[in-house]
Amino acid sequence: MSTPSAELVPLPAKRRVAQLVMLAFAIVIVMGAYANVGLAIDGRVPAGMLTYGLGLGGFMLAAYLVLAKFAPWADPLILPLVTLVNGLGLVMIYRLEQAKMGGASATNQLVWTGAGVVLFSVTLIVLRDHRALQRLTYTAGAVGLILLVSPLTPFLGKEINGARIWIGIGGASLQPAEFAKLALVVFFAGYLVAKRDVLALAGRRLLFIDLPRARDLGPVLITWGFSLAVLVVQKDLGSSLLIFGTFIAMLYIATQRTSWVLIGILLFVGGAILAGMIFSHVQDRFTVYLHPQDPALYDKVGGSFQLLQGLFAMGQGGVIGTGLGQGHPKLIPLAFSDFIFPATGEELGLTGLMALLMVYALIVERGLRTSIAARDPFSKLLAGGLSFILAWQVFIIVGGVTNLIPLTGLVTPFMSQGGSALLANWILIALLVRMSDSARKPPPQAIQDEGMTQVFQR
Amino acid sequence: MSELTLLLIRLAFLAVLWFFVIAAVGVIRTDLFGSRAGAPIPPRKAPKAVKPVAKPRKGEPRQMVVTGGPLQGTTITLSETPITIGRATDATLVVSDDYASSRHARLFPQDGQWIVEDLGSTNGTYLDRSKVTRPTPVPLGVPIRIGKTVIELRK
Repeated sequence: MSTPSAELVPLPAKRRVAQLVMLAFAIVIVMGAYANVGLAIDGRVPAGMLTYGLGLGGFMLAAYLVLAKFAPWADPLILPLVTLVNGLGLVMIYRLEQAKMGGASATNQLVWTGAGVVLFSVTLIVLRDHRALQRLTYTAGAVGLILLVSPLTPFLGKEINGARIWIGIGGASLQPAEFAKLALVVFFAGYLVAKRDVLALAGRRLLFIDLPRARDLGPVLITWGFSLAVLVVQKDLGSSLLIFGTFIAMLYIATQRTSWVLIGILLFVGGAILAGMIFSHVQDRFTVYLHPQDPALYDKVGGSFQLLQGLFAMGQGGVIGTGLGQGHPKLIPLAFSDFIFPATGEELGLTGLMALLMVYALIVERGLRTSIAARDPFSKLLAGGLSFILAWQVFIIVGGVTNLIPLTGLVTPFMSQGGSALLANWILIALLVRMSDSARKPPPQAIQDEGMTQVFQR
Repeated sequence: MSELTLLLIRLAFLAVLWFFVIAAVGVIRTDLFGSRAGAPIPPRKAPKAVKPVAKPRKGEPRQMVVTGGPLQGTTITLSETPITIGRATDATLVVSDDYASSRHARLFPQDGQWIVEDLGSTNGTYLDRSKVTRPTPVPLGVPIRIGKTVIELRK
């Protein structure tokens, strides 16, 4: 310090203007994309551009105002980044709808986005202090488990496309697993805060890794068994991989022990091999993964047709893509949900996909940054876990559609058409925003120099 | 719509998309180093104290400083009110430490001296090296150890 003057600790800036500018920028990009689709298909700017663009813009402005009022110190980038991904998803779905693809409905997705923004706002307004969640550790765990098994209940559960992961309420279907993952991350965070010293310190050292005590392995084994059970009973490979991976990552964040990661990987590989030997649907996925170009598999129902169509589409797109509205993404089955990534890849090319992945990476980076800046262990774990689950989900689905790993059905966060995932991910973003607000908020300033009053932060 | 126009739109769109990413990174970059534009907030004018606080006499401690543990650097200005330390959220100094009890110890002034008293904690309170078993006067600059947290009184 060269200047001895009593300079205040530099306050982190709120960056509200930057946030608003980035938000407007994201909306403009989305509207540009709509216009591009229209120009390419009909040769004119589509009437939907204003409806969808202003609709999305209105929702995001509302979200921004709620954020500015109830979480003023929140990270300025999270909301604009999410807006862009959500908007590009909307454009792709609109584009598929224009191509007369059955099942794609941009209007539905826009309505769900609105509902997502409402949930985002409600979460921010109701949950003033996210540490309240720490008191709900075991409640959250129970809720998560109940949500996860709820599709198996006889009258509530529904089976769609071979996976029994839906519940029907009235006419609408929901995927409770999407909400279960949030509850489970809260549970893992609360549990690990209480137990991390025991998990990190007790145990024996063998060669290079620290072996934990057998009784500390219990929760890991239970989570493992549980995620395998989900896989078996509901045939939902994606969710089980998501839950187990997140638990291991959070265990690593909490204890900083590599041994837990090794144990987790070994357990996972063991479980996967076991499941592959016993269950035919897991085995099928492996066969498709290893030999996607086998003609017999290509023609088989549930074979590699979908995967290969996705790969062909991305190949067709090349480096700069065919241009929005100028490819044939409707040839990919389910191009509006699980396979929205290859559909986007065909029209925007590698350049566009990389930009998209960068945007996801930045969202995750902001989340991890929040985790670093957080002031209590529970927030650190919760923010780390929520960011990881987002990153992990993107990895699983993008890795799946590019045939890097066996394909498991998961949605691309914020892009795929589907209400449950969108709602759950908006709640996730609200939690991250809430935590980044409390992490970046400056400590309370003293009201007076000295005296009877003390200012504390709760 | 001609092929060329569409090609140009396509390239422009990708460029704008990447420009968004770069702009986002730019926001983070300034975020890391803090913004220069914002002048430091002037310290709030201290309101006139209703009752002037009695000036501590010479040799009396004026503040409690945390010198070790996760809360290192925290200072609490001493007044006439007792200070409680523990994990409970209503304690004056809230320590998040597995080795501290929820109501761990208390510091209170008596006849110009500050006294430390253990409130039946599990792991004990240590004044310098010795365990505090009954209310003990705390000299200036002598560390009090509570779990992983070390505090001392200073002038």
